[in-house]
Amino acid sequence: MSGLVVASAGNALVWVVWVVAAFSCLGSGVAVVTFSNPFFSALALIGNLGSLAVMYLLLSAEFVAAAQVLVYAGAIVVMFLFVIAYVGPRRETPWSGGPSWQTIGAVGAAGALLIELVVAVGMQASGSLSHDGKVGAAFGTPAWVGRVFLIDHLLAFEITSIVLLVAAVGGVILGSHTTRMDPGTISSDAAQERRQDVEVVR
Amino acid sequence: MLGPDVAWYLAVAAFLFGIGALGVLIRRNPLIVLLSLELMLNAGNLALIALSRHWHNGSGQIFALSVMAVAASEVCVGLGLVVAINRRNLALDVDKLSELRG
Repeated sequence: MSGLVVASAGNALVWVVWVVAAFSCLGSGVAVVTFSNPFFSALALIGNLGSLAVMYLLLSAEFVAAAQVLVYAGAIVVMFLFVIAYVGPRRETPWSGGPSWQTIGAVGAAGALLIELVVAVGMQASGSLSHDGKVGAAFGTPAWVGRVFLIDHLLAFEITSIVLLVAAVGGVILGSHTTRMDPGTISSDAAQERRQDVEVVR
Repeated sequence: MLGPDVAWYLAVAAFLFGIGALGVLIRRNPLIVLLSLELMLNAGNLALIALSRHWHNGSGQIFALSVMAVAASEVCVGLGLVVAINRRNLALDVDKLSELRG
């Protein structure tokens, strides 16, 4: 009897944690999309990633949760914040001036995509998503992930490393150009003229 | 499995994907488009990990880790593009960067 009480209390606790994590995940996702300042959007993404990591922990994916916090919140968001600070504050006011046809179309397309996802998942998986499953204590631990990754999925691991290497080379090549234009050149033709002027001066 | 069923996690993932798609479609700042892309990738990750837990199969978690690496690559190249755009003093607006339009 007392074991049953403990089990149901644990279930309720997991539900409470899940509800908090799910609402903060969706709320910070909305905040990422709606904030006009990119800096606050990037900060909201940290909250989103943290609440997703909590949900990964509830799904007994400890290693992925740790990697999420380290790789995303620790590296990717810091890189975002660095570039936002480098580019400077550029406010965009996407919600001013009433809804344009583009906004209405975007909301319609995103809503259609959401409905399509729900219908597809519901039709494929209705009934088979509710039985409960027990997993072993090793499921999701770093040792288990390492074994699965390096034995069963070695090719994926190697391809991932090549993808990261190519991306790093691409980032270096994109960032290595040192030509500078005068400020205020928005159109490409003006930029072309300035470039020719610079060459003439040289 | 304590707590909600996997269907609840899939619902959160679907809504997060919809929010990210809305951000990609609606915003014009390439930085926020990239942030919304991260939301979409994370929604996919959540669905992968929920179904990995559901089917007791580790491949979903491995796939999620690979998606993280792909997201890191994408951010590397995307932010490199933003820096290059900014260095050329072009407008940081995906509607105005339409030179490659066919």
